[in-house]
Amino acid sequence: MSPREVVVLGYGMAGARLADEIRRRDPGAERVRLTVIGDEPHHAYNRVLLSAVVAGSMRPDSVRLHDEQWARRHGIDLRLGVAALGIDRAARTVALDDGTSVGYDALVFATGSTPWLPPVEGLTGEHGELAEGAVTFRSLGDCERILDAARVGAPVAVLGGGLLGLEAARGLAGRGNLVTVVHPAEHVLERQLDAGAGRVLARALGEFGIDFRLGRTAAKYLPGDGLKLDDGSHVDADLVVVSAGVRAETALASAAGIAVDRGIVVDDALRTSDGRVHAIGDCAQHPGTVSGLVQPAWEQAGVLADLLTGSDPSARYRGTSVVTRLKARGIDLAALGETHVETGDPDAEVLCVDDPARGRYAKLVLRDDRVTGAIVLGLPDAAATITQLHDRGSPAPGDRLGLLLGRALPSAAPAAASPADLPAATTVCRCNSVTKGQLVDAWRAGAASAEQLTTATRAGTGCGGCADTVRGIADWLASTA
Amino acid sequence: MTLTAESTTPSDTRTQTDTHCPYCALQCGMTVSGTAEVAPRAFPTNAGGLCQKGWTSAALLGSPARLTTPLVRVDGELRPASWDNALDLVASRLARLRAEHGADSVAVFGGGGLTNEKSYLLGKFARVALGTSQIDYNGRFCMSSAAAAGTKAFGLDRGLPFPLTDLADADAVVLVGANPAETMPPFGQHLRGAAAAGGLVVVDPRRTPTAEQANLHLAPAPGTDLALALGILHAVVADGLLDQSYLDQRTSGFDAVWRIVAGYWPEHVERITGVAAADQRRVAALLAGARNAYVLTARGAEQHATGVATVSAWINLALALGLPGRAGSGYGCLTGQGNGQGGREHGQKADQLPGYRAITDPVAREHVARVWGVPADTLPGPGRSAYELLDALGTDDGPKALLVFGSNVAVSAPDSRRVAERLSSLDLLVTADLVLSETSALADVVLPVTQWAEEDGTMTNLEGRILLRRKAVRAPEGVRTDLDVLSGLAARLGQPDGRFPADAETVFTELRAASAGGPADYSGVSYARLRDGEALHWPVPDEAHPGTPRLFLDRFAHADGRARFQPVEHKGPAEPPDADYPLLATTGRVLQHYQSGAQTRAIAELADSVPEAYVEVHPDTAARSGLADGDLARVTSRRGATTARVHCVASMRTDVVFLPFHFPGDQRANLLTNPALDPTSRMPEFKVCAVRMTTEDGAA
Repeated sequence: MSPREVVVLGYGMAGARLADEIRRRDPGAERVRLTVIGDEPHHAYNRVLLSAVVAGSMRPDSVRLHDEQWARRHGIDLRLGVAALGIDRAARTVALDDGTSVGYDALVFATGSTPWLPPVEGLTGEHGELAEGAVTFRSLGDCERILDAARVGAPVAVLGGGLLGLEAARGLAGRGNLVTVVHPAEHVLERQLDAGAGRVLARALGEFGIDFRLGRTAAKYLPGDGLKLDDGSHVDADLVVVSAGVRAETALASAAGIAVDRGIVVDDALRTSDGRVHAIGDCAQHPGTVSGLVQPAWEQAGVLADLLTGSDPSARYRGTSVVTRLKARGIDLAALGETHVETGDPDAEVLCVDDPARGRYAKLVLRDDRVTGAIVLGLPDAAATITQLHDRGSPAPGDRLGLLLGRALPSAAPAAASPADLPAATTVCRCNSVTKGQLVDAWRAGAASAEQLTTATRAGTGCGGCADTVRGIADWLASTA
Repeated sequence: MTLTAESTTPSDTRTQTDTHCPYCALQCGMTVSGTAEVAPRAFPTNAGGLCQKGWTSAALLGSPARLTTPLVRVDGELRPASWDNALDLVASRLARLRAEHGADSVAVFGGGGLTNEKSYLLGKFARVALGTSQIDYNGRFCMSSAAAAGTKAFGLDRGLPFPLTDLADADAVVLVGANPAETMPPFGQHLRGAAAAGGLVVVDPRRTPTAEQANLHLAPAPGTDLALALGILHAVVADGLLDQSYLDQRTSGFDAVWRIVAGYWPEHVERITGVAAADQRRVAALLAGARNAYVLTARGAEQHATGVATVSAWINLALALGLPGRAGSGYGCLTGQGNGQGGREHGQKADQLPGYRAITDPVAREHVARVWGVPADTLPGPGRSAYELLDALGTDDGPKALLVFGSNVAVSAPDSRRVAERLSSLDLLVTADLVLSETSALADVVLPVTQWAEEDGTMTNLEGRILLRRKAVRAPEGVRTDLDVLSGLAARLGQPDGRFPADAETVFTELRAASAGGPADYSGVSYARLRDGEALHWPVPDEAHPGTPRLFLDRFAHADGRARFQPVEHKGPAEPPDADYPLLATTGRVLQHYQSGAQTRAIAELADSVPEAYVEVHPDTAARSGLADGDLARVTSRRGATTARVHCVASMRTDVVFLPFHFPGDQRANLLTNPALDPTSRMPEFKVCAVRMTTEDGAA
């Protein structure tokens, strides 16, 4: 039985993951012969880590997902720096820009997305290319361009206060740039956060020296000078980082007559309108998820690998519950589910803590005792617990404030001020199961010092951690005698 | 109970014998008087401390629960028999089974509490007197995952490759799945420096007494420890904390590890584990910023179907920070059982010969066969691992007889309903036991044996130091040592005189020769040196050698001298929770009991402290099952159900329940546990299985 030919268009996070997942299930290439087409000249890299590259904590070569030998080691026909020109669905071939073509039994679009450029005068040239001093933030190449241009101390404008924009802003501020974020909505991350959280987040980012122009759009780009905004004000910028959103890369699919809406439309088996053609990641549009995040792409890659290798023909993708995490040093933000429900909503239980002075904001939305939405800013351990409850659909603990605040809530049992206040049943020496009551009894039976209490009860003879407590009890008993 | 022996006893019984505690791998120094009074003794591991188990350990010596005569099952009942009758019966039935069904129809099961001499002689007895490959031991359920991971990474496995007292100078210690405050209480003294420096980190799904003492407690969901290690390692790289020169000079394989770890950034790991990304970064910074730092793993990391990979992930973290093989820093495994270290070195393990040699290595076979005076080709090859052995008992191609020494598998093995069923299907079950344990109660022949203070023998503690345990009291009339039993059986099986000596020092002398040149080389260790109080950590290749307290300072034990990073990925529990079994059960120990509880449940003070099984659960989770603190709960997995008293503990994760595994019968936590095995170590997944919890009558 000869293996099936699978061709993957795109060697980004989705395409690389799919190749890994296929080879994990079919390491000997017995079921699937795999061809991966990547238009960038280098091996796949982890886009999630690009903000760490901009922040300077990670070197560009550390973010690569695969090494040079990866394709050979796994029997994968990897074609780098090659773009697909068109698809002949009848012949089941893909034409490539190196003049060759490749046949498929199954074709996978993992073409990702491309940055959307807002209509700003002077931002783009005749052919839609970015003007001098303006850079998108999407690829490893973009990172290198940003790092080249953003000299320490130079003013930088970031167009767009979404996740990537804020991560770039934080990274650049950390490198010593004077950063201004220009964002058209009234608060940052408006899709993921309510207004209160957006305000606290902007304030927290402001602590790192980042300025915000909210509710404003750029009207004109003046290379070497900066931006003119729609209210006539001016933002100095030697560099403009454009991070105003992305668009699914659907041109090839569309040209091949495959159904496309905002992305390439797929069902739960990740099939497009042509059953032999699949799509995953940012270029795909599945009703259960939003694009732009890696988690759905990886889950889709797992399901599609099950299907393409025949490992689990019943595998289906049912959507991903997305947790938004901002990767910005000094800021800990998680948002998930429905976050725009107000505390007054009669159909949901909503709690909210707003503590802008300390950079903390927490909101919890529950229905039927389950977490259906949350924003947790500046309370890292609470975010971790709430996310797990949400992911597992487990009922939330009754102590809602404890859940919402995590370790920020003072611990329930304050240390007893004096040995007198300890209940008799309190274990003083765990190693030897000795209670305060037993120490008191031993005292009454004649033990007259800490040493004699120890001899009589063995308290303090294990790890010795309770020696001070035993001494304190002896002193207290002596003082009350 | 007093600190020292009463002075009113006759002079010959007033002698204080320096020895060590019968329980855990800390092997606390103690003295035992001729009238069996225990007192702590200054020794580096315990520094004069003893826990409640140690203090009360002598209570079992004269306990009415002791067996003092062999028992033989007649008409379904265990009845007293003479030693000769019992041994004759066992030997003749073993010989007959062997003649009818081949050597592998007879199996042997040992324990990590047995002395080095017993472990050694048991392995030799199986391979030479019985000729069977079917021998393994309960250490497989203990630290086998760390042993395998240590060998992969460093080329050699010694629990702690440094003296325990080195920890005192550490300003950061990360304990992974370890609860020494309960399992080896005097150990806590060695953590004080790290705690005072703000660097004590405890990784445990539960807020254990150890976690209570930590500066930072990370509570990952059970079965996600591996992912947590990947997240922290990612933070090490992302925050620029890698020890690149150490990586270049002393290790290999980091690049392949990083390709995996790159996909486990802390926020992603947070979602898998429930441990905050910020806390992962904090641990990375803490370890990297410390002058001296240690990563220590224990059963919580090891008792998984991915136990070896999990430990490897933590070793990778230690390597990335340049800790192993550096004086004052390192990676170590906290071995659990009293002789968990020595027990894994001298040949009671299915794939091993004495000296930590591989049974498949022709050079090792030749060497050991020469010491044993038999042709190498008569030695069997590797046999089944512990659970696989128990699982095969009484099946068509499995053993028909089993000899058990120093283990109570009816309580301590996973899926204990299945194990009890297999034990019952044997033609012959023989145990050597102190008390009528749950396993002995199922046996056809029970042989009463001596215990720690009644015999001589050596133990190897958690730091690879060889210790002499000395006879301090006379054994009760009617009991014999395990060595005596093996010697008597061997003679009846036709072995020549002197091949199976019953004297401990004689056996040890032979062990030294058998271990010579092996990784765990004891050839330079003698009873005389141990009596003199020398601190001998193996390897000790000759009598002039001072021992090796710190391994790997110059090179690791692989041929190229480098430590090897292991590329490992997160898989998660073998049995994830679902709608029918929505909770995760994890198992462990309490301070007052040891392992299956066969010894400690027979000691009134300990049994009174913790008399019965319980299930720790978050109060909300209990309430959802209609249960309150103090109620009896029924906890059910796909394999069985157990009954336990509800202990509501507010610090529990709401998705986890905890059960101690020391209790018998219907209270066995191992009725629940999942025998999914690690592919390398064959360790069962004791630490996580899916369960549901209901009221005692089964209503949810």
